[in-house]
Amino acid sequence: MTETVRHRDQTNAAAPSRLQWERYAVRRGDRWRDIWMGRLITTIAVSTIAAIILIFLFIGREAAPVLTSAEVHQEVTVAKMVVPLASRAGRPNEFIWQPVSDTPKYSLPPLLLGTLKATLIAILFATPFAVGAAIYSSEFAPPRIRELIKPVIEMLAGIPSVVMGFFALMVLASVLKDTFGWRFRLNATNAGIALGVAIIPVIYTVAEGALRAVPRHLREAAQALGATPWATARRVILPAAAPGIFAGVTLGLGRAVGETMIVLLASGNAAIWSMSLTDSIRTMSATIAAELAEVVIGSAHYHVLFFIGALLFLITFLVNSLGELYIGRLRRRLTGVAG
Amino acid sequence: MKRIVAAIMGTALLGTLAIAGKPITIKGSDTMVILGQRWAEDYMKTHPGTVIQVTGGGSGTGIAALINGSADIAEASRLMKDKEKQEVKAKRGADVVEIPTALDGIAIYVNEKNPITKITTAQLKSIFQADTKKWTALGGPDAEIVLYSRENNSGTYAYFKEHVLKDEDFSAECQTLPGTAAIINAVAKDPNGIGYGGIGYAKGVRVLSVAGNDSSGYIDPTEANVASGKYPLARYLYWYCAGEPTGDAKQLVNWVLGDAGQKVVSEVGYYPLPKKSATMEKKTK
Repeated sequence: MTETVRHRDQTNAAAPSRLQWERYAVRRGDRWRDIWMGRLITTIAVSTIAAIILIFLFIGREAAPVLTSAEVHQEVTVAKMVVPLASRAGRPNEFIWQPVSDTPKYSLPPLLLGTLKATLIAILFATPFAVGAAIYSSEFAPPRIRELIKPVIEMLAGIPSVVMGFFALMVLASVLKDTFGWRFRLNATNAGIALGVAIIPVIYTVAEGALRAVPRHLREAAQALGATPWATARRVILPAAAPGIFAGVTLGLGRAVGETMIVLLASGNAAIWSMSLTDSIRTMSATIAAELAEVVIGSAHYHVLFFIGALLFLITFLVNSLGELYIGRLRRRLTGVAG
Repeated sequence: MKRIVAAIMGTALLGTLAIAGKPITIKGSDTMVILGQRWAEDYMKTHPGTVIQVTGGGSGTGIAALINGSADIAEASRLMKDKEKQEVKAKRGADVVEIPTALDGIAIYVNEKNPITKITTAQLKSIFQADTKKWTALGGPDAEIVLYSRENNSGTYAYFKEHVLKDEDFSAECQTLPGTAAIINAVAKDPNGIGYGGIGYAKGVRVLSVAGNDSSGYIDPTEANVASGKYPLARYLYWYCAGEPTGDAKQLVNWVLGDAGQKVVSEVGYYPLPKKSATMEKKTK
């Protein structure tokens, strides 16, 4: 509304023709449509936020008994979830995830470690590809090739994760095992690489945007000083876009932590406490996916799964907020420079 | 999902109890609870007048409920002990009727390149608890054994844990896969793998013959050996009643043993009874 009025005033100042006047005139119906559309859109935005808050409340409510309920505490406490447990006579205590047992055992450390390992490999695998492709398509590629690369990489995001997981399960795992002769066919590296492919588009899109957003005058100044395209990219563009690229990596991290189907299929789902990247892992997300469907509602096992869900929510929330924060900061800095 | 559905149905049932007749209460084995619920759902669809409540808790819980009269039918994945039968007789004043309703059995798979062809249940226990770590212990190649297990919500997992591991824990190194097909696929691709799962599924892997103990022979898991009870990792899944079932319960038992009920058995993943015993086979004691 005010936007339109201001426009008209400006146009007025520039002494418009009669034709332009009619173009900017506010008709009576328009005003009501503006008001109602505004309200509708506000309502939609507010309900989205409300939905997120409600989901969080629901998860929190189902997870809370792990901390508060005496009934759940007979079977498991937070303390028992983080210390090694006795499993069999004559064996040292160990971290063990075995919820269906005479004495159910819910060790979280192997699940956290598994999630961490898969995410780490995914990021290490995806970042060079995604950032490299972003530098190429923003700095070096001729426009026509860039128009091809961008949609093709972003199409990766459209591959259903179950397809990616199935590919890793059937093909990638065999290739890796035959090449390196690892003991476990399904392992952290196998799942991590598949995850990495899935998050390449996330990192690429944000990184490419950040590189393209670097003000033109920086590029031109470097070239005027005689810098080669590579030197320009490496010494001027890349440092200027670094926070944006970092933000892209963080968003990819958030996606990798929560990704479920790929790790469920490709990781082996064994909750092993080991630092080796070639052992099988069981991630938090895969544990929930595998077990929640058949768990007895209201049991300790059920609440523990929601507790893991709450942890996962918290981790991805923190990671994503960090990413968004950096994107915002970058935007402010770059527009500041440009202004 | 099925439990959620069952819970919703259970709540709905409570509302209809007042109008409908006395419900048939079925309680017991966790292995059978999904089977029981599927039977109940299908039966109630075709017999609107009957209300059936199915709950788990374990074979022992079901038998206890049968003894004290809080269940009409006990589901059990093991034979009832003589002592328990006497208690039913004493408390309920009727002989126990034992009704085998389905067959359950699991096969042990290894890769086709693995020379091993047979195994004892004691060796299996040692392998799946990572006490035996190499195939050399069984006369196989000098390679580390890779374990494939089912997810812990599976009845097969519970059965293996109970009968092979004697209720002890699996090794943490067991990879858990969703479904028998996934295990077969994994073992088929892994020369050092070993896994377990349904008998009907095995393709592309070697199925081992299994001995219950050192003195008994190694038995192939054919449907015939499962049906005769020779195969050590096979068992009947039973229903127990106090006295000959009558009325609605009798109809339900006949339905379960008939074609419709046995079709559900296959759908849930167990083995239907051999044809000849599909006519209400029972032993009284």
